[in-house]
Amino acid sequence: MRKPKVGIFGLTGCGGCQLEILNLEDQLLDLVNAIEIVHFTEAITEYSDNYEIAIVEGSISTMHEIERIKKIGDIAGTIVAIGACAVSGGLNCLKNLYGLEKAKELVYRDKKKLIDSIEVKPVDEYVKVDYYARGCPPNRFEIVDIIRSLIVGKKPEIPNYPVCIECKRNGNTCVYELGITCLGPISRAGCNSRCPNSVSGCEACRGVIDDPNINAQKDLLKEYGLTVEDILKEFNLYNACRGKTIEQKNK
Amino acid sequence: MIINIKDKKIEELIFRIPEPPRFFEAMLVGRKYDEPSHIASRICGICSVAHTCASIKATEKAMGIEPSLQTINLRKLVYHHENVRSNVLHVYFLAIPDFFGVGSIIPLVETHPEVVNIALRTKKIANDMVRIIGGRAVHPIRIVVGGFTKLPTEEEMVEMRKMLEASYPNFEKTLEVLKALEIPDFERETEYISISDPIDYALYDGNIKSTDGWEIDDQNYMDKINEKIVRYSTAKHCWATRDAFMVGALARFNNNYERLTDNAKKYANELGLKAPCYNPFMNNIAQFVEIIHSVDDSIKLINEILEEGLDEDKAMAEIKPKGGRGVGVVEAPRGLLIHDYTYNDLGRVEKANLIIPTGMNYANIEKDMYALVQAIIDKSEVEIRLACEMLIRAYDPCISCSTHLLKCKLINK
Repeated sequence: MRKPKVGIFGLTGCGGCQLEILNLEDQLLDLVNAIEIVHFTEAITEYSDNYEIAIVEGSISTMHEIERIKKIGDIAGTIVAIGACAVSGGLNCLKNLYGLEKAKELVYRDKKKLIDSIEVKPVDEYVKVDYYARGCPPNRFEIVDIIRSLIVGKKPEIPNYPVCIECKRNGNTCVYELGITCLGPISRAGCNSRCPNSVSGCEACRGVIDDPNINAQKDLLKEYGLTVEDILKEFNLYNACRGKTIEQKNK
Repeated sequence: MIINIKDKKIEELIFRIPEPPRFFEAMLVGRKYDEPSHIASRICGICSVAHTCASIKATEKAMGIEPSLQTINLRKLVYHHENVRSNVLHVYFLAIPDFFGVGSIIPLVETHPEVVNIALRTKKIANDMVRIIGGRAVHPIRIVVGGFTKLPTEEEMVEMRKMLEASYPNFEKTLEVLKALEIPDFERETEYISISDPIDYALYDGNIKSTDGWEIDDQNYMDKINEKIVRYSTAKHCWATRDAFMVGALARFNNNYERLTDNAKKYANELGLKAPCYNPFMNNIAQFVEIIHSVDDSIKLINEILEEGLDEDKAMAEIKPKGGRGVGVVEAPRGLLIHDYTYNDLGRVEKANLIIPTGMNYANIEKDMYALVQAIIDKSEVEIRLACEMLIRAYDPCISCSTHLLKCKLINK
């Protein structure tokens, strides 16, 4: 089988998504055999402008990155956005929430004019994204699954049901029973309910399922006296760019 | 990196970090006390445990929360393995390919499969340790203000000890590889700063200590550590006693050599690393020595924890949100990391100051570079460029940021 040329790029983010690719210890050598990695910001020195698939981590937060992502879009036939920052803007959007000019003032004071920083946006605000590996960090096996699908020419299956389904399957005690608020009822699964598995509330790092309002999970929230709006208001860590948030409290 | 040379003299040397600024100090404002550690973790995927722990320690200090000894021991244990996996990434994935004259670990799959296998195996063990204790390898879930949301089981602890004990033969083989490398012969003495503890080789907790002879309580970091914004970079420059200082594995080694395990000292000795060491290229060797120490000390910690028995009642300390200021200082893999939070009475962040190790090393890298280029100025441009790139990589500036976007521009008039 022909090996597709793949570029792995890091924009504004923590590098954790690329690290999750490196953390595929048991599958990393197979991956290197199946694809030709021509660019990998975090792991190889060479860089190349010749690739068919671009795997992009991070959001767009500078003018320079707009140019970069447009160039990547011109070269790559397929773009895969990995991680919350690339997919939804992720945690970086807390900067927008605070206010761009205010943030520059706070951190760089009188030197703020020298800083190239714009409103944070997800990658698909600038280029067409073909596939999304959601989450913070993304599920590394899902990234492999997307790559595998691309090689064999089938469409990867990304869950569009809530985390609760995985959580129940894992036999966890519902964290609401323990007094912990959890976004599981409206959040997109695919993480194997990793936070509730660790007795922590889901923070919706994979975003919200397509239409949580018509979902029966609303009844579950009602039992605990909450609405979808309530819990979205309380938790905006990863989804602040999508406009489903409120002003930060008590400021 | 821009180096401007004229008539065999350096006219100008600028090390620029073009990394997009992210404004975490603004993002944290207004967040509830249980959120900053989750937010701060996202500063760096590679040192997410370090940011999580610095953040938690700052919050606990501000609110007078006292975690149990069990919690502290488990934090120290998980902490070791973020340092191990980061050091592995750096030593095997960045430094060794440099010395073999290739651009990454990928070509070594063909030429040196054993090295690659050891790298992957060692990294996997460290990641598994973080997964078991932290709930996830990158951005841990279970490590929170007050303690742990869930404890590992005793069976998992025994399993971890077994994995660690089995890893020693890998280090013996790596030792042979490292011994054969030609480390550039370059020295420049500077100030070395790290945390320090009377018993531990300090990573998770300690006073801030300098080789220039001072030691202060971590809450008073501002007495010594200064920060300024520089024109050409988004990372800030730091200084203490002199105009620059070094943090990271070599600084820790220079300050805390005596606290290493005998086994780690033996490896240091075999590799010709002696404290104090003034060769920044030896930072890679210090990182490898730390891997040995961390594995040794982890086995000891696991034994202690198992002896006491894991107790659910000690998993979480009591938390009463309140106002106040607290500083959390740890050793991230790349060096001293400071989180300083002020909370309001509602338990929400009013002000946050974060000082990261890459920023601290910044001025020192420039100074080293200046001395290095001056020393090898008669060599070819290619050689000078490579030496400069290797020097920067020896510092391991957070590889999520800049290492492999490194472009060295040499203007030779």
